[in-house]
Amino acid sequence: MSTEDRPKKLDLNRNDMPRQPPEIRRHNFNEVATGYTEELAVTEAKRCMQCKKPKCVTGCPVEIDIPGFISYVVKGDFASGIKRLKEKNCLPAVCGRVCPQESQCESQCILGNKKAEVAIGRIERFLADWEAREGVVELPARPKSTGKKVAVVGSGPAGVTVAGDLILLGHDVTIFEALHRAGGVLTYGIPEFRLPKRIVAREVEYVQKLGVQVITDFVVGKTRTIEELLEEYDAIFIGTGAGLPWFMNIPGENLNGVYSANEYLTRMNLMQGYKFPGSSTPIKRHSRVAVVGGGNVAMDSARTALRMGAKEAHIIYRRSMNELPARHEEVENAEEEGVIFDVLTLPLRYIGDENGWIQEIECLKMELGEPDASGRRSPVEVKDSNFIAKFDAVVCAIGNSPNPLIPSTTSGLEITKRGTLVADAETGKTTRDRIWAGGDIVTGAATVILAMGAGRKAARSIHQFLSN
Amino acid sequence: MNKVIQREMIVPNMHLLEVEAPEIASKIRPGQFVIVRPAEDGERIPLSVADWDSEKGTVTIVFMEVGASTGQLAALKAGDVLPTCVGPLGNATETGKYGTVMLVAGCYGIGSMYPVARELKALGNKIITVVEARSSYLLYWLTRYVPVSDKVFSITRDGSQGLKGHVGRLADLIHGLPNAPDRVIVNGCTYLMAHTSEVTAGMGIPTVVNLNPIMIDGTGMCGVCRVTVGGKVKFACVDGPEFDGHAVDWKEFLARRKQYVDEETLFFRHSEPKPAIHKEGKCNA
Repeated sequence: MSTEDRPKKLDLNRNDMPRQPPEIRRHNFNEVATGYTEELAVTEAKRCMQCKKPKCVTGCPVEIDIPGFISYVVKGDFASGIKRLKEKNCLPAVCGRVCPQESQCESQCILGNKKAEVAIGRIERFLADWEAREGVVELPARPKSTGKKVAVVGSGPAGVTVAGDLILLGHDVTIFEALHRAGGVLTYGIPEFRLPKRIVAREVEYVQKLGVQVITDFVVGKTRTIEELLEEYDAIFIGTGAGLPWFMNIPGENLNGVYSANEYLTRMNLMQGYKFPGSSTPIKRHSRVAVVGGGNVAMDSARTALRMGAKEAHIIYRRSMNELPARHEEVENAEEEGVIFDVLTLPLRYIGDENGWIQEIECLKMELGEPDASGRRSPVEVKDSNFIAKFDAVVCAIGNSPNPLIPSTTSGLEITKRGTLVADAETGKTTRDRIWAGGDIVTGAATVILAMGAGRKAARSIHQFLSN
Repeated sequence: MNKVIQREMIVPNMHLLEVEAPEIASKIRPGQFVIVRPAEDGERIPLSVADWDSEKGTVTIVFMEVGASTGQLAALKAGDVLPTCVGPLGNATETGKYGTVMLVAGCYGIGSMYPVARELKALGNKIITVVEARSSYLLYWLTRYVPVSDKVFSITRDGSQGLKGHVGRLADLIHGLPNAPDRVIVNGCTYLMAHTSEVTAGMGIPTVVNLNPIMIDGTGMCGVCRVTVGGKVKFACVDGPEFDGHAVDWKEFLARRKQYVDEETLFFRHSEPKPAIHKEGKCNA
């Protein structure tokens, strides 16, 4: 960047992203944050110091050339900016929205020491959206075919990244997806108001345009096993995610009106239940919804409940506000929209009516004790603090473990006690020849960008294997 | 995307749907099911498979028209496209040489029990088939059962064919046999499965039921199909769909099956008039 492009005096404040006002957005499923305008993007980009040794890049699991793409935005050359971004990230519109930048690239920005770090994620999102709007999606040239075939199981962020990388290296790639729409958790889990489904569809279409074949409605392990795929494909990548919901195993959990977050969100997102009766997946209109858990999925569920017309949506979490594992931004959005936080509270049992519908929750108050293995102060029960609260729905959002369908139908794949697949951290190689794995199936439930990072490493290793 | 080969109403409200699904046809075993989505933006529903032809590459489903989604399925014609037909899902029926096996089937289960009968007969079991319906005109496929059964009985509510009454008559039927069956398998509506299990529990006959709860993905992801069996929570889609009928918590199962009855009605108020729906015999339970 030439010196005249950079403002004389550094602006220490980051530019806010325009958002729908809380009182409006809690009644619609449109995206909460509307994104930077061109002007805001350029202004924010100008705050970047263009460090010689950019620390932000080291904070990025896929090593995006952050100062590089930002320098193009400063010049208003958005086409070159998105091109630079996509060299390392085939899902920029998704990452710009759901990556926890505050604990990754942005946490490393030296401006953060002064006041506010550069809003890298917002600029990333702007570029991706600009490209979609301007319709100038540029396809990289496809190399000569190597004649090697790769099967990718699961079309979530890990799988799409592997596929996108390997197709550009000349391999023939097919993605198998169990559901009827590609995108994995981006499609069935994250709500429309946080990640519009057209954006996920666009990113998947991009890898399809590159030549990747996507086969939906195909359950690997059932429709065909890994063993059978190995007969046809030279290498297999397993990216089936963390799709087995946890329950607390407390009384009343099978009452009607008690959902796993996966069910609740899948009904709304994948099955477009929020349009009911316009769509045919039936949906209940609940009035008081309790969401158990404190992560992003819990915030998504509570905010969805409000949009579905609930009078009250509560987060029930056993630690305090400080320990909530959700992104700060999501907690803030939820609070603004009116989600009520019942922290330091533990559900003990669900109480139903004679027809098997949830009516009440018996809870116990907690207090914080000593830090536990995770470093967070552990919740301790407050004796005789039981109380009963009225709710007509409960969403259990306490986490997921990896889906056992593939490990249980494939021999020679080592799994851990937590049910995750054993894979090399650097290469993604599993304990079985010609099979790689990455994303939540290996790490347990984590983030989109970590899954993409794992996909990238596996793609490198698969390519090396196929080239020998 | 699966091409519809044929769709016809075989008895009132009961439809046969044959679709092109070569991968599923080459893999499926008795007792397994598929998930279909009748329309874009439509609901995903699990349906038991009644037959398949691996050479032709097709699977055949028998289903009852009870709600919005089955209504959409019932409107399909040959040449139409079914947006989703995924499978085979769930575990296959446990088969072996048990001796005498009594198969109790009603409703759509008369269709989905057929492959079970065929397989168990081929394995050398003596097969006693019992089909149940409200009236004789609702029974179907009896001619298909004859070659794969040693005996075929019918129970009808109105007595128009076979024994008169409901599935409670099964006790009389079993008592009339020279020897009690070594195993009972039940396929059909919840009422049929629960009551058959009740009858056989008293006689100590091992009884397998093929559960049909609400499902979304069918791969263990959503957990809506959870069912309590022997005090433990199971996911019918991946742990089942077959369970010990004497260990299933039927009250809970029934309540969970009925979750969306009100919404189904709401849907009809918002859609075009549909043919009358079969509401009798508690088959919608």
